[in-house]
Amino acid sequence: MYYREAGDFKTSYRKDQQNFPIRFDRVHFWTMMVLAFAVIPFFINDYWANAVFVPFLIYAIATLGLNILTGYCGQVSLGSAGFMAVGAYASYKLMTSFPDLNFFVIVVLSGAITALVGTAFGLPSLRIKGFYLAVATLAAQFFLVWLFNKVPWFYNNSASGQISVPRRDMFGIAITGPEASAATKYLVCLAIVFVLGFIARNLTRGRIGRSWMAIRDMDFAAEIIGVDPLRAKLSAFAISSFFIGIAGSLFFTIYLGAVEVGEAFGIERSFLILFMVIIGGLGSIYGSFAGAAFLVLMPVLLKNALVGGLGWPSDVAAHLEFMIMGALIIFFLIVEPHGLARLWAVTKQKLRLWPFPY
Amino acid sequence: MSADFLYAIEVLLNGLMAGVMYSLVALGFVLIFKASGVFNYAQGVMALFAALTLVGIMNGEVPFSHLINAMFGTQVHDFGWHVPALAAIGLTAVVMVFFAILVEKLILKHLIGQEPIILFMATIGLAYFMEGFGDMMWGADIKPLDVGLPKGGSIWIEENTAWLGGEGQRFFGFFIDKLDMSATLVAAILVIALTLFSQYTATGRALRAVADDHQAALSVGISLRAIWVITWSIAGFVALVAGIMWGSKSGVQFSLAFIALKALPVLMLGGFTSIPGAIVGGLIIGMGEKLFEFLAGPLIGGATENWFAYVLALIFLVFRPQGLFGERIIERV
Amino acid sequence: MKSLKIAALAAGVVALAAPAFADLVFPSMSYRTGPYAAGGIPYADGYQDYMTLINERDGGLGGEKLKVVECETGYNTQKGVECYESTKGQGALLYQPLSTGITYQLIPKVQSDQIPVLTMGYGRTSAANGAVFEYIFNFPANYWAGASGIVNHLLDINGGDIKGKSIALVYHNSAYGKEPIRTLEELSKKHGFTLTTLPVDHPGQEQKSQWLQIRRERPDYVLMWGWGVMNSVAIQEAANINFPMENFIGIWWSGSENDVRPAGAAANGYKAATFHNVGSDYPIFDDLKTYVFDKGLTAGAGDQVGTAIYNRGLYAAMMAVEGARKAQELAGHANITPQEMRDGLENLEITEALMDSLGMPNFGPSFKVSCGNHGGSGDVGIQQWDAASDTWKLISDFAPVDLEVIQPLIDADSAAYAAEAGITPRSCN
Repeated sequence: MYYREAGDFKTSYRKDQQNFPIRFDRVHFWTMMVLAFAVIPFFINDYWANAVFVPFLIYAIATLGLNILTGYCGQVSLGSAGFMAVGAYASYKLMTSFPDLNFFVIVVLSGAITALVGTAFGLPSLRIKGFYLAVATLAAQFFLVWLFNKVPWFYNNSASGQISVPRRDMFGIAITGPEASAATKYLVCLAIVFVLGFIARNLTRGRIGRSWMAIRDMDFAAEIIGVDPLRAKLSAFAISSFFIGIAGSLFFTIYLGAVEVGEAFGIERSFLILFMVIIGGLGSIYGSFAGAAFLVLMPVLLKNALVGGLGWPSDVAAHLEFMIMGALIIFFLIVEPHGLARLWAVTKQKLRLWPFPY
Repeated sequence: MSADFLYAIEVLLNGLMAGVMYSLVALGFVLIFKASGVFNYAQGVMALFAALTLVGIMNGEVPFSHLINAMFGTQVHDFGWHVPALAAIGLTAVVMVFFAILVEKLILKHLIGQEPIILFMATIGLAYFMEGFGDMMWGADIKPLDVGLPKGGSIWIEENTAWLGGEGQRFFGFFIDKLDMSATLVAAILVIALTLFSQYTATGRALRAVADDHQAALSVGISLRAIWVITWSIAGFVALVAGIMWGSKSGVQFSLAFIALKALPVLMLGGFTSIPGAIVGGLIIGMGEKLFEFLAGPLIGGATENWFAYVLALIFLVFRPQGLFGERIIERV
Repeated sequence: MKSLKIAALAAGVVALAAPAFADLVFPSMSYRTGPYAAGGIPYADGYQDYMTLINERDGGLGGEKLKVVECETGYNTQKGVECYESTKGQGALLYQPLSTGITYQLIPKVQSDQIPVLTMGYGRTSAANGAVFEYIFNFPANYWAGASGIVNHLLDINGGDIKGKSIALVYHNSAYGKEPIRTLEELSKKHGFTLTTLPVDHPGQEQKSQWLQIRRERPDYVLMWGWGVMNSVAIQEAANINFPMENFIGIWWSGSENDVRPAGAAANGYKAATFHNVGSDYPIFDDLKTYVFDKGLTAGAGDQVGTAIYNRGLYAAMMAVEGARKAQELAGHANITPQEMRDGLENLEITEALMDSLGMPNFGPSFKVSCGNHGGSGDVGIQQWDAASDTWKLISDFAPVDLEVIQPLIDADSAAYAAEAGITPRSCN
């Protein structure tokens, strides 16, 4: 009863094809957006922005990107952090070489550069499949990190190889650098997430998204019915890398402000993003957000509850954090193997009838 | 012979033995993948956990001492006894069997029939859990591990090969680490034992039957769940062996869990389902990465091993997409 | 047990809601978990034990209790950000992140939040230039001083001439490990030795290639910039190839008991640079026993007391407390703000007499911080491992380093940072 689908009639194709065909979803989505754009910025402080919202939004972009590749096109990738590094270093080089370039242009260009790199590393996917493909992406991961660590040109010859973001303003407000306020950082990320989420949603339900899904379900069969695997796979790699590159760019410019490639973009980060995709739900836009939220929020929550709430020593708490995270992942998989997105779908089913049992 | 050539041979030999160390980790992956189709991401953490447990038992440490002290304000650390290495290894093996039973009961049983990626994910959850659990149980500091394996370069080999270089060459004889030699020996024994076990015992045959075809195995009355416990126990034991070898080399500490990353290219090159593949893959990767570092490292700045292992595996895969020894992928529409 | 610690942590959470500036807050960004825990645990223990001692013995500082808010970073920059943001609202006076990565992250942030950071023997070396890095301190020594100190030691034992000698640097392939390269290159030009660099990737469990290369090339000396498991593996490998240990010298982060013990007797003679003294033969350890250990207020398991990194934690806490004391003196009131704390650190002077009075005679070099010089004297000593007695021994006292080479590098690097970040260096006269 609570979640109502009945009585929602469509009188035109246009209406039938809108992003949220059900009125209930539509209303809630726009309420959320109003909340996110118009309410949260007034209450956000440094802690909430830097520890929760900004990382969540950035990971959401990366997760969307990987979900396009892994969830929609079925190509397993463990190189996400390497591609994020490409985005980050591209931004750094662009920002320091062209100081007057608009920040958003830099972000988009970084994404484009990453897309090129991603496509190159996607080439082996035409031949190698399944878990074996992970090797190609892992090669990308380790090679890219090594490259950015080794070639001084990428970090402008600084003594230690760390890169720090210079300050960039827009409309007189600092967007990057330490002077950027919590609300600005949050809003910049949110705006980019909004646009990218919109793009991802519409790509995946359009022609190209359907060709990806055909490839995912069975590439041979897809080829026979006329889907070009070369185009489908490489476009998935390119678009996925574009998203991940933007995530990497924001990770460096907005979130951390200074990065060291091996530490910030190590293999652990790749795994983390893959976990987000799987926990959220493969092949689901909503799931990408849910997965990112879960893995960003959970450790912060656990830490505050264990160290703050119960007053345990921070190391015992950190160990427990690991254990609880692990146990929760297993628990979720046992209860609902298809991720949080599916859990939400099941909940919707229940809500449809709620509060009446039948 | 020129010194450079001899050094290349030395690098090759050492690469081979480093490869054996990678194979030890990869073996555990293969065993579990064959029997249950699970890509066990937790294998590296299992090696860490086994090694931690071994050191803990040997030194008579009180498990969870830090937690106990934090909760009750006590100051307990160890029981004050020392367990001989062999007995401790036996006890640790028992712990690993117990662990296998728990994994089957708490995780695998509930995930029968799920897609591989879900099972993979579950082992990631398991890895997270074990990392926290192992550290909480035994503490996070570096623990030296000495089970009596010989260490250090073999002087005998060094002295008896120095003449190869001839007069006027800067060649100091081959360097071979005694620990690497024991690892090679242990790995050989392990593989032979595993082969004998799977060829000549009823359980071993059952294992192979399950690996070939789950459904058919079930229909002839093989208990899948029992088989899983057995495979995970064996994999636990292999993890223990890998943990001992790596732990003797570097001390037992958190980074031991990362050796899984060294095993991944080995697996991919050798094929997920083949024990000989894990061995040969290990040797190729070990040899390849060391030789590349020797030849190209000085030119492009070194520290190439991590990525070159994957690139090497990638090159092989382009020609054989199922790995060297993997089962041929047959696709039907 | 550590009721104090629990109370502190609990209070910390309450403070999240309503910042209470009653105590002097010193966040301890520690890592008791993760790949570098073995180095993080003793440091955090030492830091906290010293603060507890001041509270228990002296009743705090100028009547104000010291409060340590411990936050686990796991040596992870992302968690470091979280820790920083969650503690800065509690009136944090000084950060000591114990991670070069986190330090780089905090440098621009603290500048705008105006909270001082002290990075003893790590972090950004050019932060020694106080004119550019107003809120960053890295006394008493930095990596470049460390590199120069080690080379000075080599000069000492070679009678002042190391021309034609070959030196290999085995380093952690990260920002931290790359720090000394530029200095060593300059020094190699000046002293005429040849330098080979050998990177080791994180975590550094496999170093066969690097050590085979060392065995082939037989450098006269091997220097090491390592951290975590990389140290113990390197020392083990050096022992394996029978490299003479007295010619193997690490930076201070490669000079703890954890690094040498796994190799056993083979590690005997290994050397490491240091900027503070070793062992537990100081009056302050008696006080610690009376006021902290015997009362059951020990921060950790209590098994780290007197180890090299425990002492470093102790020393770091001592600097923090002395900085705060100076700040109280300058400000004329006990309840200081982070800005006043900064002024205190900038006017800090560590003398023999002061260390004596603290029960730490000759524990570190004596030095003076100033507006232009946030790096102290940069004096570096050398310690050597004695496997038989299982102790470190200081074999050469804290001696000045080659500022002629280092100062231009610091000036150049800080100028580059100032240009990139758009900072106009303040005048320091």
